[in-house]
Amino acid sequence: MTDFNRYLPHTAEDIAAMLERCGARTLDDLYADVPRELRLKKPYGIGKPMSEPELESLFRQIGALNKPMTCFAGAGFYHHYTPAAVGAICSRSEFATAYTPYQPEISQGTLQYIFEYQSMMSELTGMDASNASVYDGATATAEAMIMSVASARKRNRVLISSTLSPAVAQVLSTYAVPRGIILEVIPAHHGVTDRAELRAMLGAGDVAGVILQQPNYFGIIEDWENIADDIHAAKALMVVNAHASTLGVLRSPGEWGADIACGEAQSLGMPLNYGGPYLGYLCCRKALLRKLPGRIVGATTDARGNRAFVLTLQAREQHIRRQKATSNICSNQGIMTLHAAVYLSLMGEAGLRKVNELSCCAAHALAKALAGTGRLALRYPEHPFLNEFVMDTVDPLTPQAIIDAAAAEGILAGVPVGENGLMLAATEMCTPHDIERLTNIVSNL
Amino acid sequence: MNNKLYSPLIFEKSHKGRKGYSLPDYDYGVEFELPSSLRRHTAPVLPEVDEPTVVRHYTNSSTNNFGVDSGFYPLGSCTMKYNPKVNEAMVDVANVANLHPLQPAATAAGALEIYHSLASALCRIGGMAEFTLNPFAGAHGEYTGLMVIRSYHLDRGDETRTKVLVPDSAHGTNPASAAMAGFDIVEVKSLADGTIDVDDLVSKLDNTVAALMMTNPNTIGMFEHSIPRIAEAVHAVGALLYYDGANLNPMLGVARPGDMGFDVMHINLHKTFSTPHGGGGPGAGPVGVRDGLGKYLPNPRVVRGADGLLDVVFDDTACGRMGAWLGNFTVYIKALAYILTMGDEGLAMAGKLATLNANYIMNSLKSLYELPVAGPCKHEFVFDGLKDKSTGVTTMNVAKALLDRGFHAPTIYFPLLFHESLMIEPTETESRETLDSFIAAMADIALTASDNPQAVKDAPLNTPVVHPDEDEAALNPIVTYKELCAK
Repeated sequence: MTDFNRYLPHTAEDIAAMLERCGARTLDDLYADVPRELRLKKPYGIGKPMSEPELESLFRQIGALNKPMTCFAGAGFYHHYTPAAVGAICSRSEFATAYTPYQPEISQGTLQYIFEYQSMMSELTGMDASNASVYDGATATAEAMIMSVASARKRNRVLISSTLSPAVAQVLSTYAVPRGIILEVIPAHHGVTDRAELRAMLGAGDVAGVILQQPNYFGIIEDWENIADDIHAAKALMVVNAHASTLGVLRSPGEWGADIACGEAQSLGMPLNYGGPYLGYLCCRKALLRKLPGRIVGATTDARGNRAFVLTLQAREQHIRRQKATSNICSNQGIMTLHAAVYLSLMGEAGLRKVNELSCCAAHALAKALAGTGRLALRYPEHPFLNEFVMDTVDPLTPQAIIDAAAAEGILAGVPVGENGLMLAATEMCTPHDIERLTNIVSNL
Repeated sequence: MNNKLYSPLIFEKSHKGRKGYSLPDYDYGVEFELPSSLRRHTAPVLPEVDEPTVVRHYTNSSTNNFGVDSGFYPLGSCTMKYNPKVNEAMVDVANVANLHPLQPAATAAGALEIYHSLASALCRIGGMAEFTLNPFAGAHGEYTGLMVIRSYHLDRGDETRTKVLVPDSAHGTNPASAAMAGFDIVEVKSLADGTIDVDDLVSKLDNTVAALMMTNPNTIGMFEHSIPRIAEAVHAVGALLYYDGANLNPMLGVARPGDMGFDVMHINLHKTFSTPHGGGGPGAGPVGVRDGLGKYLPNPRVVRGADGLLDVVFDDTACGRMGAWLGNFTVYIKALAYILTMGDEGLAMAGKLATLNANYIMNSLKSLYELPVAGPCKHEFVFDGLKDKSTGVTTMNVAKALLDRGFHAPTIYFPLLFHESLMIEPTETESRETLDSFIAAMADIALTASDNPQAVKDAPLNTPVVHPDEDEAALNPIVTYKELCAK
């Protein structure tokens, strides 16, 4: 008998007694039905069990290879502050070690925070309803695309703006092709969705949905006055992808007339974590509720007349409808949903507004300072931006030269856009001193 | 549990003028301005609460929840094993919190090392040639795996393969994922012992079939002993064999999907590899493929370059892109910590003890509950309700009675092969004493059902809420606080 590790409670006596009840002599007897030729011939080669101190030492070495940087990169993922209380609550193991709340009687904790999250996201987006979240902003947008086609009769064209994040567009394409959804790209004019092109494409008919991003990939806040009328006149649905945090100040998808709002909620103070876990939100008008994929929590009352929360409208889902379900998703982002609810509770409307005001001022100060070096110029000076913007380098300076020089100083200067473009973002984490440092680096190039 | 005291929503604790945030007052030397046409017209209604109120609200709310740390969670097919605390601690130690996904690979070398090490370990465990970790969850892994299969057939110019075969005992996600990947679904029948009816399978195999999806052991915990024959038949018509890794746990150290003949597989890190389920997520559904299929794995990919350094690359042969970046990254840290902690011998012992625990419960209760398929089982098994069918006590009643006795319920009414399915999966991290107390509770429910069936039907009585009206919730959905106020 081998030595047991700390996660396995069985002693040799336990095993012997338990095997006896099972009418087996050895543990291997329980595998008599596994053909010999399929059996593992040698150990996996993972190695000997590692003790806790050894494990920590290994991860400390690995961690030292990571170099967190002063972050001016965005492109959909933003370095906002995470209040300490968020982490404290999300680490509560009653939340963290629970499964999907199938048994509402002993899952009110999970169900209640999802209900609160749904309420908050509906408020932010100006929509009537929200699901319990999906994996990330890109897959949320893919689900929105599928929803718009599922809601349209025999129409399968979906128009996406070329100002949408390229990563999101690639995920949409992956999801669209096997389902026979035809994705068409609306050209941009000076960095914003071309309205005349959009009208022409809508006029060609068969459009189920139009997907737009706000602020768009280049950070521009697009003016969509009357755009919903154009889209709805073609009987298509208007889908708006927006970074959750910006909805603290920007006109909401609901106020623009959207039918579906979706996107990435990482900006609600979720750590960058090298790409995840993040949080995809998906909200819609009430009329579309039964087309909304994923888990949805509803309020009801229990036998004693008390308020209770349950998973509801499950007839849409895969465990009941199998291949006819609205989606194959059978989970949500769980703890990240709790993160969003706690973050928004702490921030409130005023805190979220202040985050946006600080981010916006930092970004504008950064743009001004960099323009002042004479080495960079705003690419779209005619358009308003919130906390992200594109600058073009002035010959012979290249974006890569800036990125490299900044990286040497521990600064992530932004993300390259096209040949001469550098896209930069700022948040409340960016100090005036950080701006000065980057500006000096650029000046000295 | 503080249900009575703390049940109000956070919105109902809001008090104008209170605040729970702390932000700097940097002077950037510019004024905040936005054209009014682009600003919100109506402020979002969010709670105004101080930090102690928020912390107390959610802390008390958590006590109305049941997790693996609270007690036994024998939820079939969900592998609710203990979630080691050191795994959580390693997330901080690994120093990834402030890494932006688009920063240069050289500055995220540790993160890429974690990704690569875990993928390599999964290759060894699955018997596969390559793994992507990117898929966000099991269902997302299935979808990714099917997209790989789709790309493989199309790349060979084989455009006739429109069908995916799925056993009637399969998880609902299997057909739903196949539909997402554009396939038509054909069901394969099960035999009385719950394993695949190979004759029925063979009759449905031809050059229109892209793949057969299977779990092994299957959803009633039986090992599909005909797997060599099945693999041969599937491959003979040019189709691929897909392994749904939801039930991988009991096979640890025993047999590998790759050696069984599977071509593509996914693994639920939140099941077999002990990462927390988080009430729904974040999960991870890495997908592995046999030699020759790696080029279809999704973008982006982590590869070791000629210089020996890891890099993130995009490749045209990929089946597409499944998410914005490399998936739920922190989950990988936890799974890798678990695998290294267990080592070869620990993993092998975990699989076998999971099987022992399931057989122990099954043998202890089969005189009181209907066992439609005799064992030995693997990690889980299914009872078809109470043995005594005269009581009128249903599987739902048994599940709710367990809640009153301090246990989470098993998975109920799944698989669909039986009317009163009670699917029990104890996992290896439960002690004999815990199993004995669960067995005693199940026995007590069975005996009470015969003596006083109403007492079982009335359950639960001791939970924070009792018998919530789910029909009303679905008939008139109230999904936000705003709707609750308007009611």
